[in-house]
Amino acid sequence: MTSLIDFVHVACGYGGSPVIDDVHLSIARGEFVGIVGPSGSGKTTLLRALLGTVKPVHGTVTREPNVRLAYVPQVETVDWNFPVTVGEVVLMTRTQRPWPGATKDELSQVEALLERLGLAGLAKRHIRELSGGQQQRVFLARALLQRPDLLVLDEPTSGVDVRTRHEILHVLTDLNEEGIGIVLTTHDLNGLAAHLPRLVCFNRTVIADGAPLAVLRPSFLERTYGAPMEVLEHGGMPVVVDGNLGDFSRRLKAKTAS
Amino acid sequence: MIGFDILEPYQFEFFRNAVIVSVLAGAVCGLIGVYVVLRGMSYIGHGLSHAVFGGAAAASVMGINYFLGAGLWGIASGLLIGRVARRRIIGADAAIGVVTTASFAIGLVLFAVYGQAHKSLEASLFGSVLGVGRGDIIAVLVVGLVTLLAVVLQYRPLLFATFDPDVAQVTGVPVARMEALLMTLLSLTVLVTMRVIGVLLISALLVTPAITARMLTKSFGRMLWLSPLIGSVTAFVGTNISYHTDWPTGATVILVGAVLFTVVFITSGAKGRRSVDGMDHHAEPSLRAA
Repeated sequence: MTSLIDFVHVACGYGGSPVIDDVHLSIARGEFVGIVGPSGSGKTTLLRALLGTVKPVHGTVTREPNVRLAYVPQVETVDWNFPVTVGEVVLMTRTQRPWPGATKDELSQVEALLERLGLAGLAKRHIRELSGGQQQRVFLARALLQRPDLLVLDEPTSGVDVRTRHEILHVLTDLNEEGIGIVLTTHDLNGLAAHLPRLVCFNRTVIADGAPLAVLRPSFLERTYGAPMEVLEHGGMPVVVDGNLGDFSRRLKAKTAS
Repeated sequence: MIGFDILEPYQFEFFRNAVIVSVLAGAVCGLIGVYVVLRGMSYIGHGLSHAVFGGAAAASVMGINYFLGAGLWGIASGLLIGRVARRRIIGADAAIGVVTTASFAIGLVLFAVYGQAHKSLEASLFGSVLGVGRGDIIAVLVVGLVTLLAVVLQYRPLLFATFDPDVAQVTGVPVARMEALLMTLLSLTVLVTMRVIGVLLISALLVTPAITARMLTKSFGRMLWLSPLIGSVTAFVGTNISYHTDWPTGATVILVGAVLFTVVFITSGAKGRRSVDGMDHHAEPSLRAA
């Protein structure tokens, strides 16, 4: 597989000490990669460096020439009061034709995309009038209109229910099967990360990188999260559980008993 | 109504000019106001009008052309405010407050010292729609056309940078340039409409039509023509009422806008009202990588 993005010895920051340091990471064309790590570990900075909006203060980020990257933000960061319809959101990314209105070609592309993502007939709806899964898919549609080689998603399943999470995973898997590379960050170790083909444990730097069974191990997880974690195996899949909850349970049970 | 002729004032050229300039001012403020409201820049608009007053006072006292002196001052303040608002170190509100009120204070001091000799300063402060000349009409018209042209030619990049600046930047939209463009247009709008409505009330004309339009539509495209329409109608009605009641024109226009807003607020129900929730009057710049 050819490499789309290569991080070599990368450090990035916003003045002061680097937020991410000594990062070595390579993303190949068509890969599906999950990045896990605690809050404040620099995952978003890593994504920004990947997308090119943050320049490294040390090392190099190399992108394949003419690679098309598209970014799907966290839905929590979206202003749901903003007066935009689904169609307006999807089309705003087409800035090569900057003026208002849409060409027939653009309209048919938007229509086809919405239909593909199960949003047919919703183009004129306000974004707030959609369900959580539909809202996430609108932003996916906007990114897909750019026909990306690599789709970068920040916490795509954060704050969504189980059904919506399954919905999003299915859509992403379909896209990946069509050859679109996917990089996403997530806090959801069991519901999302464990199902991905490749996982990166990240805390300021890459702690572990590989298949979930190889990466989701207590030693790596403790180094990543700074807390003990246990890993069980269920049907060939790793299941991560908090390692120190026994003490809490004992204390709470003791309190109830007294 | 006995002795009340609605067309009577139209026989006077000064009133015809007043109506033309206020309708144009309402339209241009309504147009740029869409971005002001949606970007949470209402406070910047308010501060900018105060900053421009300092420039107007300085230009007046130094005998420099109003549009040149106040314009340069206004654009410089606008760009400075835009720059300051993107940083979180000081706190955008506080920084804007210091910059613009200091500029306003310069204007007030100059007004106190030279006010009698420079009547135009009073017009800047309170607005003087009945005293506008052809130059004022042309100025508002030119700024209106430039704003319209910019909004049409940069429709999608401006929308993207307003709705979702982080992703817009990733997608290749020159977000900083779009912000500079909006601040320049806002500064120019404040500059040419200030003498019509007055420094103290201009921010209301930037905000009220846009927020009223927002309650009436869920589409950005529709809001973009609805807001200038509301601004123009408000200004037209207000100017006419002010002639017959002898109320100050700027204040009457703003009051008509406020009444219209109240009517729409009450009649649009919870759904319409919810659409303006969170439209903060204070700038909340997003954190973007430089």
